Amino acid sequence: MLILECPYCGVTGEETEFHGGGEAHIKRFGPGSSDDDFHDYLFTRENPFGVHFERWRHVSGCGKWFHAARCTKTLEVFGTYSAQTTEPPSDLRAAISDKRPGWTWREFS
Amino acid sequence: MSDHVTSALAGAAFDGFVQLREAGACGMITLRGDFSSAVFQKAVGEVAEGAGVPKTRQITTAGDSAVAWMSPDELLIMCPHAEAPARAAALAQALSGEHALAVNVSDARAVFDLTGAGSREVLAKLCPVDFAPGAFKQGEIRRTRMAQVAAAVWMTGPDSFRVVCFRSVAAYVFGLLQASAQPGSEVGVFADT
Repeated sequence: MLILECPYCGVTGEETEFHGGGEAHIKRFGPGSSDDDFHDYLFTRENPFGVHFERWRHVSGCGKWFHAARCTKTLEVFGTYSAQTTEPPSDLRAAISDKRPGWTWREFS
Repeated sequence: MSDHVTSALAGAAFDGFVQLREAGACGMITLRGDFSSAVFQKAVGEVAEGAGVPKTRQITTAGDSAVAWMSPDELLIMCPHAEAPARAAALAQALSGEHALAVNVSDARAVFDLTGAGSREVLAKLCPVDFAPGAFKQGEIRRTRMAQVAAAVWMTGPDSFRVVCFRSVAAYVFGLLQASAQPGSEVGVFADT
């Protein structure tokens, strides 16, 4: 069971009040991109045993989308942050580094 | 039209270890916009008898009106059912230059009242929310999940709650509350607090 805090309404709720929205920070490759880029955009996903970044929606609450950083190994939630960003905030990345030294996820570390 | 209005369950009632009543037709206006705008705040105050824009997860009341915080850009304004169309129109007029939207959604939802000392417990059985007296207080609104459906809950008095859900699931939510309030099913978890 995950306990997530919605960064928009401040509610700390358990996972069934939210809905997972898959992997975070996926860069879109649309018309004009190469077939490989488009293929990766559609199908290639991380599947880490450890630090992971996801999108979640506070579906039974304020209805807003947000991002969450968590560990798939221990189910620890490192933090949640705004959906209006293309990368994890630096303070959250530093906090993860304190707990999981040497972590990497895509181009982030 | 207003004299033909019926609420979702026509005033269904149940007396368990708390009293459960369907509250009847309630005027509701969904308002979306920028809460920080002075024009927006003024318009809300004028249409809600002075009840201001609530803080995050709060509900403000004045006279027959209430303003509930639904999300960072959405308010729910409650008023007598017959006044909702005029108030929605007044809001739309006052916000004509703003990036905002006011819609009368009075018939979209069902409203229930819970009254009695065990009300906190009836809700705590159904929602993943801490309803302990120190954790959930009057003036707060909580949108959450009630068993399988979305609902919103706030306190109308020290021992009374109002529950709002979508009209399409009114019978389901009434059934849930009825089962949760069944005499003999008291747990007494908040009895000492």
